[in-house]
Formats: sequence, structure tokens, C-alpha cells
Amino acid sequence: MSKQDVNGDCRASATKPSAVPNTARREIVRALAVAGVGSALGLPFMPTARAEGKLVVGVIYVGPKDDYGYNQAQAQAAAALKKLPGVTVVEEEKVPETMDVQKAMGSMIEQDGASLIFPTSYGYFDPHMLKMAEKYPKVRFAHCGGLWSADKHPKNTGSYFGYIDECQFLNGIAAGHATKSRKIGFIAAKAIPQVLRNINAFTLGAQSVHPDITCQVIFTGDWAMPVKEAEATNSLVDQGVDVVTMHVDSPKVVVETAARRGIYGCGYHANQSALAPKAYLTGAEWNWTTPYTAHVTAAMSGAPMNNFMRGGLKEGYVKTSAYGPAVPDVARKMADGVKGKMMKDDFVIFKGPLKDNTGKVVIPSGTSRVQTDVVLEQMNYLVAGVVGKV
Amino acid sequence: MAVDAAQALGLWGVPLAVFGGAIRASTPFIFVSLGECLTEKSGRINLGLEGTLVMGAMGGYGVSYLTGNPWLGVLAAGLAGCLLGLLHGVVCSLPRVNDIAVGIGLMLLGTGVAFFLGKPFVQPRAPILPALHLGAWSSIAQVRAALEVNVLFVIGALLAVLLHWGFVNTRVGLVVRMVGDSADAARAMGYSVGRVRILSTAAGGFLAGVGGSFLSLYYPGSWNEGLSSGQGLMAVALVIFARWSPLRCFFAALLFGGMGALGPALQSVGVTSGYYLFNAAPYVLTLVIMAASCSPRRTLAGAPGELSVTR
Repeated sequence: MSKQDVNGDCRASATKPSAVPNTARREIVRALAVAGVGSALGLPFMPTARAEGKLVVGVIYVGPKDDYGYNQAQAQAAAALKKLPGVTVVEEEKVPETMDVQKAMGSMIEQDGASLIFPTSYGYFDPHMLKMAEKYPKVRFAHCGGLWSADKHPKNTGSYFGYIDECQFLNGIAAGHATKSRKIGFIAAKAIPQVLRNINAFTLGAQSVHPDITCQVIFTGDWAMPVKEAEATNSLVDQGVDVVTMHVDSPKVVVETAARRGIYGCGYHANQSALAPKAYLTGAEWNWTTPYTAHVTAAMSGAPMNNFMRGGLKEGYVKTSAYGPAVPDVARKMADGVKGKMMKDDFVIFKGPLKDNTGKVVIPSGTSRVQTDVVLEQMNYLVAGVVGKV
Repeated sequence: MAVDAAQALGLWGVPLAVFGGAIRASTPFIFVSLGECLTEKSGRINLGLEGTLVMGAMGGYGVSYLTGNPWLGVLAAGLAGCLLGLLHGVVCSLPRVNDIAVGIGLMLLGTGVAFFLGKPFVQPRAPILPALHLGAWSSIAQVRAALEVNVLFVIGALLAVLLHWGFVNTRVGLVVRMVGDSADAARAMGYSVGRVRILSTAAGGFLAGVGGSFLSLYYPGSWNEGLSSGQGLMAVALVIFARWSPLRCFFAALLFGGMGALGPALQSVGVTSGYYLFNAAPYVLTLVIMAASCSPRRTLAGAPGELSVTR
């Protein structure tokens, strides 16, 4: 319970004896908004009632939704939802991971009548989404990322995420064939488990081609730092790195800078091949339409919320970009082979014996950590061959 | 194994990256700080240059995309900045208007309008400015890359010298300084204080707009909404740090650009601990220098007398 909520309750019980004054006030505000503003301005999207078979979905992005990256991948799924019958989508871009996101969720629920919210950024989860979930127990909140757990979080919240490290492993195979210096690079925003898992999968993929490949990682410190990302790319090229990939919100700058410096790049989040047709090898892309549609279907039929949704290539949560012209046949064949195995749950990326880059054994010999293993979602190490520190 | 062109430089990569970064990343700082220097010399502070920078970045990219000529983009960016500067100058000439408050308003206006108008330009790719290959003499690829210099950088450097010379040796320069140091003296001499300040702010806005076009049209070389990330504000602070001297503005801008490259460069050679601190290097540097050079017993040396912060 936050201080604010406690205060609200005190004030309510002190001034009005009725049970739910807050709701009543909200109803009045909404009625006024609908009757006054809606009819006066003739706004077509003002909801008057939550009709059967209709669903309003709210999607909140941390950045611009056409950034060639993380937000664009989410927005593509939101665009797919708009085509479903009975579904209305309301969106808000560039909402910071602060109190602002609570206000955004609040107005989507109160004014637009949204009953399913996709707060898509990592930092929206705690405390913002959890607080709103407590306040609106009938609204479903589906968060993108790996933070939900059954014993800690309410049932009207949940998380969806994709095993995109599978695609990063395939990126690594393409990179392993393309590199001549046997040095590849990874530009990362922050050292959180999802990012580390991608760095490790990319490195392991490249090492499956040549075991002596090293991967130089640079952390920029935040999700969107265009100048720093460009500097990081330049520094890597200066150190002899000839293939880079990244985990930042908008890979545009890295892909373009890499192409200008004459090295290769593997994409992330969305397809960036249009930015560098020759230098783009392949890319790891989200396919959020799958979990979005599942959540919408469940919400419309009244089925209980699936709180923990995960999937990889097989489940259609992630996909790879088409190969660029610089990827040789031998690389395509190898990557396609591994991809085929992944589609049949026949491939394990993280299996023992695996050492981190300080020499410590992180997965003992004989242990296989399959994709669904939640231990992988707490990854806090970089595998041997990665130059960098968490 | 490693081919010649991709040979690693090892630790030499760090000073080279800082040097290259200084050249690559400093240009927006140079233009914005020179523009602000000119405005402040006339006795006004325009805090809105962050908005002007973003507006210039968007306008420049948009015009370059629509016309296919990046230089027209640079010009458009300058004119957009000039308009914003003119607005600031005119509004501040009204009685009892605070220039700092107007500046903050214009900062929000500029970024807001740029984001609004810039939506359609996030996806398309505009032609960008060419580079001068000053490193053609070197056989080392990294040195050649570090010496890829944009013409705007050269113009910025010349402009710093020109402004420095102009403030001391030309009639216009002296008038601007007089208006900034003592409005009463300027009035007694028969100059219109308001007009000089409006023109100075408009010219400052022009420069800041050009600085913005460098961001979108050369480095990093694309338009998106996170492009500036506060560089316009840092450049305004940089003017105080440079003690209102155009030449020192230039060197301070180089320092800031170079510091920004330090974090990534150190990580690329394997210095992996403390990267959060190295990434914060430009900000730490500002704090250290400000703390070392401030004194409660005197106003800042070199500050124009009419500035509302020093008055």
C-alpha cells in the first residue's frame, strides 16, 4: 500500500460515509467527459459502455513506436490487434518509467475503458504496474519481460517474453562465418539478465563456428544513447571487430555506423536490413503478435489470464530476418540446420560444461538448461570468450 | 589471421578514440555554445537552445530528405533556429519578461514541435553530409577513420576564431558587447538595445540550428527523438565554463566530445570495470571544473554585466 492510497482512503472515510466515493466520483467525471466533451466535440472514440464482444486494449511504449527497434516491434503487434473484430487499441508513446506510466494506465482505463493493458517497458513493472493492478483488479496487465512470479504478484498481472537468444545464437553463426579478425562486438545498454543472455548466446553461436572467436562487449548505460552507441561502434571497429550486434532500444545508429565503417552488423528487435542492405547479415526479431493475440482472445472470452507466457522460434514469439547477401551458403546451411533443431525443441544453447569469463563453472558438465528453465532468466555472468564485465 | 586493415590498435585505441570522438561529437557543442556565447554577450540568456538544436536536427533531416540536398537541410535548420531565436528575442523585449523563463518555454516548444513534425522522418533515410578525408596520408585504417572530418567542424573552428576576433576588433562586435555590459551606455550612445539583442539571439539561434543539423545529417546521422539527449543544455552550461570566450568555447566543446568517447573506448580495449563512471565522464568533468572555478566572493570573470544571472 502506498502512502497516497492510505491518504485517499482516510479522506474518503472522513468526509463521506458511502462505501466507494472514489469510484462514484470517477463515474461522474467519466459521465461528464462522455456527455459533455464527447458530444460537444463529436469525438467518435469516446466509449459509452463496455459492450459484450468488445475490448479496448491499451499499449504503452517507452519510446517512439517507429524507432526501428524495441518499440516498433511492439507497435507492429498492436497494429495487428487493430485488425481483430471488436478490438479497439489505444496507444501512448514515450512514456517514461515513472509516475507518468501510472497516469497513462489510469487514463486508458478510466477514459478509454481499456480492460487489457500492455505496459511494454521493463521498468514499468515495479512499482507502477503492480500498484495499478491492485487498484484495478478487473483490468488485465500483461508486461513484457521476465519479472512475473506466481507467489509474489497478483493474478491480474502477467509477463510475456520471447526466447530471442535463439535468434541471437543464429546471429552468432552468421557472424562467426563473416568475421575475418575472429573478433566480434556487442553493444549493450545495461547488464540485466535478458541482455547478458543475448550476449552469451551470440558468442556461443559464433564459437560454434570457430571456438577461438572472442566477443567484445560495450555497455552504454542506457537504452537510447545515439551518440554513445555510434562512439561504441567506432571504438569496436578501431579494435579490429568486424561484426557487431546490439541490445539497445533502437539499433538504427549501430547498424548504420557499422555499415559506414565497412563492417557487418546483425540486427535486433525489428528488421533493419533496409538501413544497410549490404552490411546486414541477419537479425533477431520479435513476433509479439502471438502473445498479444492470445491475451486478447482470453480477455474477450473471459478465460483466466495466462500469467506466464514464454516462447521461442517454435512458438512463433521470435523470428529471424532474411539473410543478407554477405552470408555465404555454408553459413545459411548451418544456421538453418540449427534453426530446424530449435523448432523441434532439439537444441540446447546453454549446456554444461560452461565456464564464465572469469573461469568459474556456471553450468556443470552433464547439465542442460533448456529454454524454459527459469534459472536462465536470472543469468548474471558472461561466458568464456566474452571480453567485458557485468 | 587478422587482416591488415582490421589490425587492432590495442591501448593506442583509447587516445585515438578520444581524439576521434572529440572531432566527431564536438560539432553540435561548438555551434550551440558559439550561438549562446553571442546571445549572452548581448546580455540575454537563451536556455531554449536545446529546443532549437532538436528543431534544427529535425528540420535539417526533413529538408534533406525532401529535397535530396543535405546542404539545403543545413540551411533550413539554421533558418528554423533563427526563427526560434527571433521569437525569444522579440518576446524578451516586451516589458517585464524574464529571458530564462521564455527560454525554458521555447525549449519545450522546440522539442515538442520537432517531435510532432518529425514523426514522418524517423523511418526514411535522408542523404547525409559528406566528410573530408584528412587522414588519407595514413596507412592505418583507424587513423583514417578518426580524421574523417565534416566541413561543419571546420566551419565551427573558423567561426570561433572569427567571433573572437570580431568581438575585439569590429564595430558590430563592440556594440554587442556594450549592449551586454551596460544597456545604459548603449542607449547613451544611441543604439537600440532591444534591436541588438533580438539580432544577436536570432543569430545565436541560427548557429544552434546548424549544430542540430550536424546531429541528424552527419553524426550519428539519422533523425530520432532521442537524438540530442540534452546536448543543447550542456552546451549552454559550457559557455559559462568557457567564460564567454568563443575560443575557449571551441576547446571546451572538443573536451566534452572527447570525454563522451572515453567510456566506450576504454571498454573496447578491455578496461571493463567502472564503466558507469567513465560514461558519466563529461558530467563529472563539468561538476569538477565548476566547483573548482566558482567562488562566492566574486562574480564570474568575463561575464557580461547585463546578464540576469550575474546582475
